[in-house]
Amino acid sequence: MAKKVLMKGNEAIGEAAIHAGCQCFFGYPITPQTEIAAYMARRMPQVGRVFLQAESEVAAINMVYGAAGAGVRVMTSSSSPGISLKSEGISYIAGAELPCVIVNIVRGGPGLGGIQPAQSDYFQATKGGGHGDYRMVVYAPSSVQELVDLVQEAFDVADQYRNPVMIMGDGMLGQMMEPVEFKERQTTRNLPEKTWAANGLRGRKIHNVINSLYLKPEELEAHNKKLQQKYAEIEKNEVKYELYNLENEVDIVIVSYGTLARICKNAIKMLEKEGIKVGLIRPITLWPYPKKAFDEVMDKVKLGFISIEMNEGQMVEDVKLSVNGRKPVFFYGRSGGMVPTPAEIVNKIKEIVGGAK
Amino acid sequence: MAIVFERPKALLDVPTHYCPGCTHGIIHRLVAEVIDELGILDKTIGVAPVGCSVLAYDYFACDMYEAAHGRAPAVATGIKRAVPDSIVFTYQGDGDLAAIGTAEIVHAAARGEKITTIFVNNAIYGMTGGQMAPTTLPGQVTETSPYGRDVNTAGYPIRVSEMIATLDGAVYVERVSVDSVPNIIKAKKAIKKAFELQMQGKGFTMVEVLSICPTNWGLSPNEAIKWLRENMIPYYPLGVKKDITAGEVK
Ligand SMILES: Cc1ncc(C[n+]2csc(CCOP(=O)(O)OP(=O)(O)O)c2C)c(N)n1
Ligand code: SF4
Ligand SMILES: [Mg+2]
Repeated sequence: MAKKVLMKGNEAIGEAAIHAGCQCFFGYPITPQTEIAAYMARRMPQVGRVFLQAESEVAAINMVYGAAGAGVRVMTSSSSPGISLKSEGISYIAGAELPCVIVNIVRGGPGLGGIQPAQSDYFQATKGGGHGDYRMVVYAPSSVQELVDLVQEAFDVADQYRNPVMIMGDGMLGQMMEPVEFKERQTTRNLPEKTWAANGLRGRKIHNVINSLYLKPEELEAHNKKLQQKYAEIEKNEVKYELYNLENEVDIVIVSYGTLARICKNAIKMLEKEGIKVGLIRPITLWPYPKKAFDEVMDKVKLGFISIEMNEGQMVEDVKLSVNGRKPVFFYGRSGGMVPTPAEIVNKIKEIVGGAK
Repeated sequence: MAIVFERPKALLDVPTHYCPGCTHGIIHRLVAEVIDELGILDKTIGVAPVGCSVLAYDYFACDMYEAAHGRAPAVATGIKRAVPDSIVFTYQGDGDLAAIGTAEIVHAAARGEKITTIFVNNAIYGMTGGQMAPTTLPGQVTETSPYGRDVNTAGYPIRVSEMIATLDGAVYVERVSVDSVPNIIKAKKAIKKAFELQMQGKGFTMVEVLSICPTNWGLSPNEAIKWLRENMIPYYPLGVKKDITAGEVK
């Protein structure tokens, strides 16, 4: 077994990517993720790989497009305003079906917003920040170890489906120091050879083209249908979530992800002492969304579900779609970098439970 | 019978979509001939822009990319860094390179990316139907400068080659034209030199090619050639703007 090391979330992202065979990293400074770039600037040359600070997030994501198209594992990282700039490139990457990993250490918005932890990029990540009918796998880890494991998984999933994959965290996760283990992992996935890569003919007879342009409507529609089939396959195979305290019947179920889900667990323990039973659905993939988790627990829920988020109400829409009218859905959120405390969550839940009694 | 003229291997045997008389075709051919002569088809990777040459990926026989508008130099950077032994070129119009993609071209040049940019300056946005480009001449009438480009409101054309030549990372920058046979021969020599310097790992190289757009200039191909000579060349003087190998003994 590999030994555990104490590491900051942001640095662990870099090291996990190196373990996963990331050959190129293209970044641009923005708080609260700059340590990822700094870590990669130090480490990538040590292992004979590429670190490059781009002139903008726009350039960085297009460098990713170039490197991914040539068939190497590549990553970029940023925070909210930078992800907005990358969105054009992400749309092209999805359209050209290129594998890559994009990290978003989310800060509060809109606009320049703030630099404190937030989850206000949920819509952007899961509903498509860029133009067109595309989807991106989005992972929301809640601990540094999970972050490390998911970064490695993200590279495999990206390669398997030829699709961009996002790791979404916040400044708490980025700054958090926790013991982590970089497991020597062998993927169990059947990763296809990148015969499509445009890295020079090198004896190949027909040229490879990396492209997202389809001028004929029938061809573009056929391409879109093919993408949709792939997305359906991802929805079938790649959903990840955690169920917590849901072995028995509960009064209410919290739905929450990332670092905030850890705070919710504390609140659940506090409520337990007061005789209020609360479960937790923690989506680990935000897309594909774990709809089936709701079906699984539906019969155990007395009052309904509450989506707890660090925004003004984004994931709650997916919660409502998943619950599909079978139970009431409530919402509690703080935004702008305000992080809900366990006590706040306890009060909100007592209010709902009390009101129902 | 000896064959004295044939399609370069680096060009595929497909019809192009360019308008009759358009010089994009000549420039494609020059790039392809250079790839053939240098024997680098096997490891060359081209990046097409958004503009009239957007479909260049269907015409060149080497591996190709289609980049987002203006982003070709960043895409080329990613390719070259990922596959350092490849020969990478971008092929970009003046709207693509000198407007929306200004940051990408300047920084690729400043970093000394070992890529070659073929910059096709036709003083107009061809593909979208003839709007003003950053390179549109003062007084030139376009769809979006219907009274002629007024420098008081629309500013002045950018002489991209002169600008890029100021950057230390750029090792070779030349402006050429394809308006005449002697100039076409010079253009090919410049393109060849740019590729050769890339192969030697010297740094960023760019060849700006003055080109015509008869369709959107509203001129016949012959009139367009004349217009290029009389209007573009005086504003955009031909010649080598930067050559770090100048004076080197061969
Ligand atoms: C982001 C974005 N903005 C605008 C366009 C529309 N567009 C397509 S081609 C073009 C101009 C191309 O002109 P130029 O680069 O001079 O090439 P030419 O057609 O003259 O060869 C524009 C503005 C686009 N495709 N993408
Ligand atoms: S519109 Fe102009 S630049 Fe485009 S193909 Fe026609 S002549 Fe050439
Ligand atoms: Mg043009």
